[in-house]
Amino acid sequence: MIGGVVMVLVVAEAREGALRKPAKEALSEGRRMADKLGAKAVAVIIGEGVKTLLKEISGYGMDKIYVADSAFLKYYHPMAYARIISEVVAKESPKVVLMGGTQTGRDLMPRVAIRVGGGYAPDCTGYEINGDSIIAVRPAISGKVIVKVGFKKYPAFMVLRPNVFGVNEDIISVSSEVVEISFEPTEVERKQIVKEFSIKTAGRPELTEAEIVVSGGRGLKDAANFAMLEELADLLGAAVGASRAAVDAGWRPQSDQVGQTGKTVSPKLYMAIGISGAIQHLAGMSSSKYIVAINKDPDAPIFNVADFGIVGDLFKIVPVLIERLKKEKARS
Amino acid sequence: MKAVCFVKSVPDTETRVRLTGNRLDKSEIKYILNPYCEFAVEEAVRKKEAGIVDEVLVISMGPSRAQEAIRSALAIGADRGVHIEDDNLDGSDAIVTARVLVEAFKKEGGLDNYQILLFGLRAIDGDTWSVPSMIAELLGIPAVTNIVKLDINGNKAIAIRMVEGGEEVFEVELPCVFAARKGLNEPRYPSLPSIMKAKKKPITRYTISDLGIPSDAVGKVGSFTEVLEYTLPPQRQAGKKVEGEPEQVVEELIKFLREVANII
Repeated sequence: MIGGVVMVLVVAEAREGALRKPAKEALSEGRRMADKLGAKAVAVIIGEGVKTLLKEISGYGMDKIYVADSAFLKYYHPMAYARIISEVVAKESPKVVLMGGTQTGRDLMPRVAIRVGGGYAPDCTGYEINGDSIIAVRPAISGKVIVKVGFKKYPAFMVLRPNVFGVNEDIISVSSEVVEISFEPTEVERKQIVKEFSIKTAGRPELTEAEIVVSGGRGLKDAANFAMLEELADLLGAAVGASRAAVDAGWRPQSDQVGQTGKTVSPKLYMAIGISGAIQHLAGMSSSKYIVAINKDPDAPIFNVADFGIVGDLFKIVPVLIERLKKEKARS
Repeated sequence: MKAVCFVKSVPDTETRVRLTGNRLDKSEIKYILNPYCEFAVEEAVRKKEAGIVDEVLVISMGPSRAQEAIRSALAIGADRGVHIEDDNLDGSDAIVTARVLVEAFKKEGGLDNYQILLFGLRAIDGDTWSVPSMIAELLGIPAVTNIVKLDINGNKAIAIRMVEGGEEVFEVELPCVFAARKGLNEPRYPSLPSIMKAKKKPITRYTISDLGIPSDAVGKVGSFTEVLEYTLPPQRQAGKKVEGEPEQVVEELIKFLREVANII
């Protein structure tokens, strides 16, 4: 807090020269939260060449933007990033620090929270403002329970679950004050570097950020049959997911697994194809807005959570669905 | 070189959560060694079997059931355990947990003795994924979390971290924190002799006063966050279920996708 003005600090995240979707969600929510608190919204962005993003970040209604632009910061560096953000926190004394729930956010914010001494609540799906207090709402025990977390020490560090807080599409016109942070790595920081970053997405959206997820399980019977799901996913602009059974069988990579020992997804539409719906799988996808299930077993537990279920042979149904969607696409 | 694994006892993945009022009902929960911690312990034991590491220590904080989690880790092949048990610790948040674990680690010689610090990426109960990074920060050392590969070479390590849409290859100098995820290895099923042997391995117990921590620095009092309330998530209702000719059911699905889900 400076001169009695409350502040919300948003840690923005970029990759390959672009703001990541969870960062856009955090910037949007940061502005909305600041408005609710009568606060200023301040952003910080770290990376190499990230100065080019200042105008875009400003468009989310940021009153001030801190930027640390350095070749050393091209890739995520836990210690260096934590040090830079801690310095901004020390300067601005924000009430709340927000970041999108990427792997980076989940790694970085705990470091900053313990460094500056603020309470930490990750994977937030909501929050309440109660007078001077912020209450974070988050799932725990793999989504089996919802917890309300109060903060006894501020700043309140909140990491937001991707795909829950909407991106503000309207550009907010403000003139943001820009503060450049000069950066030199310390000796200890030089001992940890990312040597290489390899992209492995095959052009599809990231599972945790996708609007639509098409997932396959044991019912697919073979790795080759996932080609059918990939075709369906591409028609829908979806990510491809998998159950633990499909991953353990070696049909899909670990990075595709949805569930308790995989990823948690909250898409608008989740299609579970040939997935029975074990409790561990439901833990990873039951916060999806709509669930569609295709399974030949009418008693499969997935039907208990599906908004629309088809009892039948996926090998007959999915090809018809693909042809039908192609027609739909040709029409539009 | 020595390795330390920080482990946690958590509710079994099959657990159905029940509440008493707005608090958790723990009466019928069965506890296991956190599955992500199994990857960490397995990796440490493999490094020992490969001759890279000569001792694997396991540290756990928690009520008496944490002993069973430690025994499970010892059955995988860890050498000895440290159990921090104290009634004052009940209700501790991630920051307090990290601080207590660091004090126990220091009591065991800390970074002078242990260069590889392994964790599971996440505990499947609290799901904060935060203690590994917090401990690294408290110790002033690097951390690579969510790893699928770990190669140790002298005082350096190459660790592959899985991120959205790709992998980051980290090169770090030890000591370093590593947090394991699925894919790092395939944890073994301990044999009966290993389980029997684990029962005889030593476990050192500490209370917070053994660690020089005042009681008002831990538990609900010392935490920076507090759980105000637990509720059950809204129950999903089973929706429409159809059966029939593929063309006909697909037509109904298209209608659902267009009119309800609003995605085409």
